[in-house]
Amino acid sequence: MGARQERWSGPAYRFGVAGRVVLASLGSYVVASLLTALLSLTLPLVRSEAVTAATLLSFLVITLLALYVFAARSLGRAALTLGLVGLALAAALWLAGGFSAPGPAA
Amino acid sequence: MRQGFRQSMAWLHTWSGLVVGWVLFAIFVTGTASYYRTEISRWMRPELTAATADPARSADMAAAYLKRQMPDAAGWYVELPRPETPLIEVHWWKSLEGPFHNALLDPATGAPSTARATKGGDFLYRFHFELGMPPTVGRWIVGLCALVLLVSLMSGIVTHRRIFADFFTFRRGARTTQRRWLDAHNVVGVLALPFHLMIVYTGLVTLAPMLMPWGLVAAYRAEAPRFYVEAGLMADMRAPAGRPGTLAPLGPMVAQAIARQGEAPEAFAVYNPGDAAATAVATFEEPHGLAHQHPQITFDGETGAILGTAGMAPTRAASTTSTVMVGIHEAHFAGSALRLLFVLCGVMGAATVGTGLVLWGVARAPKGAEPAGLGLRLVRILNLGTIAGLPLGIAAFFLANRLLPPDLPARADWEIRIFFGAWALAALAGALRPQDRAWREGLGLAALAYLAVPLVGLATVGRSPVPAFDIAMVAVALLFGCAAYKAGRSPLGARAARPAQDLSGEEALRA
Repeated sequence: MGARQERWSGPAYRFGVAGRVVLASLGSYVVASLLTALLSLTLPLVRSEAVTAATLLSFLVITLLALYVFAARSLGRAALTLGLVGLALAAALWLAGGFSAPGPAA
Repeated sequence: MRQGFRQSMAWLHTWSGLVVGWVLFAIFVTGTASYYRTEISRWMRPELTAATADPARSADMAAAYLKRQMPDAAGWYVELPRPETPLIEVHWWKSLEGPFHNALLDPATGAPSTARATKGGDFLYRFHFELGMPPTVGRWIVGLCALVLLVSLMSGIVTHRRIFADFFTFRRGARTTQRRWLDAHNVVGVLALPFHLMIVYTGLVTLAPMLMPWGLVAAYRAEAPRFYVEAGLMADMRAPAGRPGTLAPLGPMVAQAIARQGEAPEAFAVYNPGDAAATAVATFEEPHGLAHQHPQITFDGETGAILGTAGMAPTRAASTTSTVMVGIHEAHFAGSALRLLFVLCGVMGAATVGTGLVLWGVARAPKGAEPAGLGLRLVRILNLGTIAGLPLGIAAFFLANRLLPPDLPARADWEIRIFFGAWALAALAGALRPQDRAWREGLGLAALAYLAVPLVGLATVGRSPVPAFDIAMVAVALLFGCAAYKAGRSPLGARAARPAQDLSGEEALRA
């Protein structure tokens, strides 16, 4: 392997791997959680159905996000994408009332 | 992480599979055994005699016992006797945070059962998703490992350029050890791939309320139990009245439930049994079909009048999808032939994990006389300790059931200590022996231990209460015997038969 080994070891490589592991686990979970909460509030279904459908989907979302984190060209790019998607979802969830104090039961 | 999509996915498959592989192997093995949980429990309590018990009378006996144990409990839960489990199992608790107490009662007398104390098949079942740890910790670890497995499966799939052609490819005369292990990994992995994907996703769904509660939290806030009522899965519970009440006899309620549903309930629960607003719930076995959805009838605990029903009407699409996912994970619907197929798929799941773990070591075996590095040695020790050690622990668990004195104090705990002790000893012994001998000895010992189970059973309690269990033990013994023979012929990993010149680890996965 020789020269190729260089790029696949060393501190920079290790930092990249560790960063992707953290991003793939925590980042994917946070983004999937935001999406699940948002869909639970906004899917045009009965409340219990929206929650169930969103929750069933969440594990696929986590998996695809984790795969993306490891497939992305660089750690920075993956972090930026997940960060932007997460921010957009958080904003949408805020608009949907997901962060407001619990109101009277619907 | 390598350049290129398929290469990074191959890298991800290799490493994500490795880090959770040992836990996954244990989850697959104990989960597969759990398909025969009832039969295992029955075998482990040879004193029981098949008897038909009256469900109404059993419920009254259970209530009398529970009233003595904890009249002011938050809940009682009574599993009524069934032909295959002629016992009344009672559970009671003061708070949903636990501790949960339980006891087995003899349906003939209502007194604690005199059958030997054992956790039976329930131990393996709970180990499958709690790993013998405190429930919340164990379930989170199992949930995380399942998520990593899903990532590993998906990355493993996209690694194959021609998945359809590879599905039907098997090179019997593969030239290198590594190639042969890769083929074995692919065969068991790809042949049962639909099962692997199904079982990991549906397994995640069973843990969903804990792993992904955020949809529920966002939509229901503090009133989470409403979700289960609205989804049609649970009956509406009354809040406790806060003043003491008198619980009506359970027998007539069970009789009403039987009259209404045409079958005996499998369980009968009472919430806040000492309160004026006690609620009793009769739960029935799942009706014919895939969905894990139990019909329920609720009663006013003080008057014995029916309050309502749940789980009887068809649920909506998403709820049905969810309950069907849990249903196909547990396979309660499956008859004996289909259940055997699930078991074979489960064994292939364990084999996929096992061959993957071994392959990691084989692909990194040092060439020539170079000593193995620390990482490789650790992986080899863990591989052997898990793949041979865990099955050996289970065999020891069964042997302990037959050999420990029936009246030993804390007997059920001793069986479990012997399970972990035998596992730990096997792993330790494997770590100290030379690699190629350790495999043959570990697998051979497992074969002998499984072969000993029916023989020791015959010597101690005589005729087996579940002959099929003994046949299964012999089959498992043969499986390990074959594995030990193979391991003796071609030493695993210690020295690859020929140095793998045509492919290195990642190239093998890319092929």
